[in-house]
Amino acid sequence: MNKIKCECGHVNPEGTVLCEACGKPVEGNQHIDGNDQRKLLNMRYDGSARRSQTYNKSIIDKIWNFFSSVKVGVWLIVLALAASAIGTIFPQEQYIPADAPSRDPSVFYEAQYGTLGQIYYQLGFHNLYESWWYMLLIALIGVSLVICSIDRFVPLYKALKMQKPKRHTTFLKRQRLFSETEHVTADEKDKLVSGLKKQRYKVREENGHVLAEKGRFSRWGPYVNHIGLIIVLIAALLRMTPFMYLDEYVWVREGEQTVIPGTEGEYYIKNKKFILETYDKNDERFKEAIEMQGNVAKNYQTNAVIYKEKGETVAGADPELEKVTEDKIRMNHPLKFAGYTLYQAGYQQNEFKSMTFKIHKTDDPDEASLGSFTIDLTEPKDEYQLDNGFSVDVTQYYPDYELEDEEPASKTNFPRNPAFVLTVHPPGNEEPEMSFVGIGKNVDATGENDYKLGIEDFETRYASGLTVRRDYTLPLFIIGAVIFMIGVIQGMYWQHRRIWLHPTKEGIMVAGHTNKNWFGLKKDIEQVIADTNVNMVDDQLDTD
Amino acid sequence: MDSLIDVSSTMLYTAFILYLIATFFFGATIRDKNKSSTKGAGVSGKIGITITIIGFLAQIVYFITRWMASGHAPVSNLFEFMTFFGMALVFAFIILYFIYKLNILGLFALPVAMIVIAYASMFPTEIAPLVPSLQSNWLYIHVTTVSLGEAILSISFVAGLIYLIRQIDQSVRSKRTTWLEIVLLSLFIFVGFSIISTSFNLSGYSAEFEYSFNGETVTTDYHLPPIAGPNEGELLTGDRMNPLFDAPAWMKGVDAARKFNTVIWSVLTGLVLYGLARLILRKRVGAAIQPFLRKAKPDMLDEISYRAVAIGFPVFTLGGLIFAAIWAQLAWDRFWGWDPKEVWALVTWLFYAAFLHLRLSRGWHGEKSAWLAVGGFAIIMFNLIAVNLVLAGLHSYA
Ligand code: HEM
Repeated sequence: MNKIKCECGHVNPEGTVLCEACGKPVEGNQHIDGNDQRKLLNMRYDGSARRSQTYNKSIIDKIWNFFSSVKVGVWLIVLALAASAIGTIFPQEQYIPADAPSRDPSVFYEAQYGTLGQIYYQLGFHNLYESWWYMLLIALIGVSLVICSIDRFVPLYKALKMQKPKRHTTFLKRQRLFSETEHVTADEKDKLVSGLKKQRYKVREENGHVLAEKGRFSRWGPYVNHIGLIIVLIAALLRMTPFMYLDEYVWVREGEQTVIPGTEGEYYIKNKKFILETYDKNDERFKEAIEMQGNVAKNYQTNAVIYKEKGETVAGADPELEKVTEDKIRMNHPLKFAGYTLYQAGYQQNEFKSMTFKIHKTDDPDEASLGSFTIDLTEPKDEYQLDNGFSVDVTQYYPDYELEDEEPASKTNFPRNPAFVLTVHPPGNEEPEMSFVGIGKNVDATGENDYKLGIEDFETRYASGLTVRRDYTLPLFIIGAVIFMIGVIQGMYWQHRRIWLHPTKEGIMVAGHTNKNWFGLKKDIEQVIADTNVNMVDDQLDTD
Repeated sequence: MDSLIDVSSTMLYTAFILYLIATFFFGATIRDKNKSSTKGAGVSGKIGITITIIGFLAQIVYFITRWMASGHAPVSNLFEFMTFFGMALVFAFIILYFIYKLNILGLFALPVAMIVIAYASMFPTEIAPLVPSLQSNWLYIHVTTVSLGEAILSISFVAGLIYLIRQIDQSVRSKRTTWLEIVLLSLFIFVGFSIISTSFNLSGYSAEFEYSFNGETVTTDYHLPPIAGPNEGELLTGDRMNPLFDAPAWMKGVDAARKFNTVIWSVLTGLVLYGLARLILRKRVGAAIQPFLRKAKPDMLDEISYRAVAIGFPVFTLGGLIFAAIWAQLAWDRFWGWDPKEVWALVTWLFYAAFLHLRLSRGWHGEKSAWLAVGGFAIIMFNLIAVNLVLAGLHSYA
């Protein structure tokens, strides 16, 4: 490496723009920070030698330089910004409304939004945030962040550590805030120093040369916040692994008990009761609003009991359970146990629990019952024997009936709209008859049936939808976010201010630099020089 | 109960009037003979800031009484949220005023706050109950910090706008003067919206339409004469004008056509107001204001614009991303779900991150930085208004 020895005696690394110790511009390197074009010195990294500005030979140099460029970084940020915005033009796949005529993305986008929607879907924008290129963009920002920070942090740290109170006059004159005063008494110089101390500057003196400094730690703000961001990005990466992040959904009906998915059969949940409350229509406060928008839900709640399986499972046998906890799960108030969290996420009203049918003669206007039977929808049997000799076969069962392409089908496995094809075997040797029965539907297959089935009664209940989560990445996100906040606040609410006093023959030069808030620095200097003859610094930016 | 609500709305009204009066006092500082009057003392400026603070206190009373009346912090629908945003704007202005003592800032910041509050008042103001997902203290913490962050960032826009009006060469027409006029015109459109809505509300105009939405027949009530009616809608109210045309079929969503109609009215009214201003002034609006800003120092404006971002960015990050994530985690069991409101908070955040990096490392000072501040404000307003009304997601307040 070609070290550069400055006239002040300090040896600088190759690529240095301003001597680390005295600030004298290193000839031949001024183009790096553009100082050859301007009167004022570029103080961004105190003129320290950055790898990216020094080497440009190997492939590695080139990659390094690419990612350490803020220009590239800003481009990446702007691209991510634009991509994110595009993702909101139409709803993402997961936000296709539940009541849409078709929730199949290949149909939905075109049906709702026409050609534009079709293009949107074909470009994969309906899943934009999970697309490989969006993730790549975010990853590139991460890479840029790391390289950029290393490229600048180390040299800046060294330069700030090496700096001496005595600075070269060229350095001082080319600061944004500068003044020179011909005649200044020793007394006044002392006043300046005590004034600086009074404003809580850290003052270092060397043969009458003074460096007063305040808030240097704020210079590390950007690096701290970038570390926070990197931690958040790593957390996001880990979140894609199933061990770190578990996400399941479970439906439990009132009075039922079921194994909690994702817990490897270890935990069970029982839904003792589901509660749905709405706001009172007669409440003075909300009367008007409720009249306008209709009923407003106040609370969704599942009263749940969590069980843990005890000992070994014997295949086939019912597990032996031990109660872990009993609690209410409400929106905004999840239930936590053994590292898992259960959230109230949805509910299904009026799910059918059981249905009771009666048989009567088709031509009987009174529909007098010849016998009835009850189908438990949790476990429908294949055949029901009635007391009076009838028997009924359950030929087909559609828990959530719909007509799909003219064919009967079940939309889900939940008994939300149960329908049956039932075969009635009358007593004696009469021919068996088939009927199709559901809510509001009663179809006779042949039109010649002697017996008809009618719904006599049914029971409904709520089903509660709960999300099951185990998220070990959460603490990492929190740590990252906290570090990020500390970093931005450190960098934004404090500033690094430096004031140099440089004695000349009988007078003094004053120069000042800050990384932001020049107004504050000027006010500091104004107060320091009050009651002295020292000239107020000029803001040379105006005359640049 | 009713009396509390009355006190509350009276106080909001009072605050609005006080901001208006304060604006005139800040305006008067332009004429102060005293050379240093744009900065520091100056009687008009002192009166101006005092009245502003009293107005702000009045608005605090509005906030507290409404809270007491409803039993929850009034930040849960568009009216309440926008009003709070207006209040935060005034608060942010007061903070920056005490740092920089720049009177001209008040002359522009208060009108922006007033436009926001007037705009807010056009939305339903009834006190509504909270649905379960909103019943969380994190809602208040989140919403208040986001608004405050966005308000401080908006002051950056105010300072940037003053910078642009002062600095852009108005002697010839250029791309820059045109863009500046567009920015000013958009402020006129907001004013237009408030004026036109108020006028027709006072006259009690109403026209009911029936149209089909997701296969069901629904009705919607227009409070502005229908220029654009619902797609294939039918006018139910007699003796009202028929729509000039139907809103395009792709405008789905509840009341999309009515909102579209309101936008048309606002733009038209804004254009008329702007046209009148041009007729009276006989020059570009920017050119007409420019001479009054001669005393303001451009580098001071530039610094305030930057400082506002430096102060507002961390506050926004905390409220808009971190608190939002905590609340979303509790309410919807995921701290980030890519719903439009969240995405636009991210867009805003990325935008200001780009702003800071451009300024810091690429030396975008002065005019470039001022244009960026304008862009940032546009994104904030888009998030507050368009995302709520158009790209409705989970947060949908409207
Ligand atoms: C979304 C991502 C990012 C955020 C939120 C962010 C945030 C910040 C903040 C708040 C600052 C301090 C700005 C100031 O003091 O005015 C900063 C400085 C900086 N950032 Fe970033 N940054 C991000 C991405 C990047 C990337 C991708 C790069 C790399 C090209 C980068 C390079 C820098 C540099 C070089 C500085 C100046 C450091 C110094 O003054 O020593 N940042 N960043």
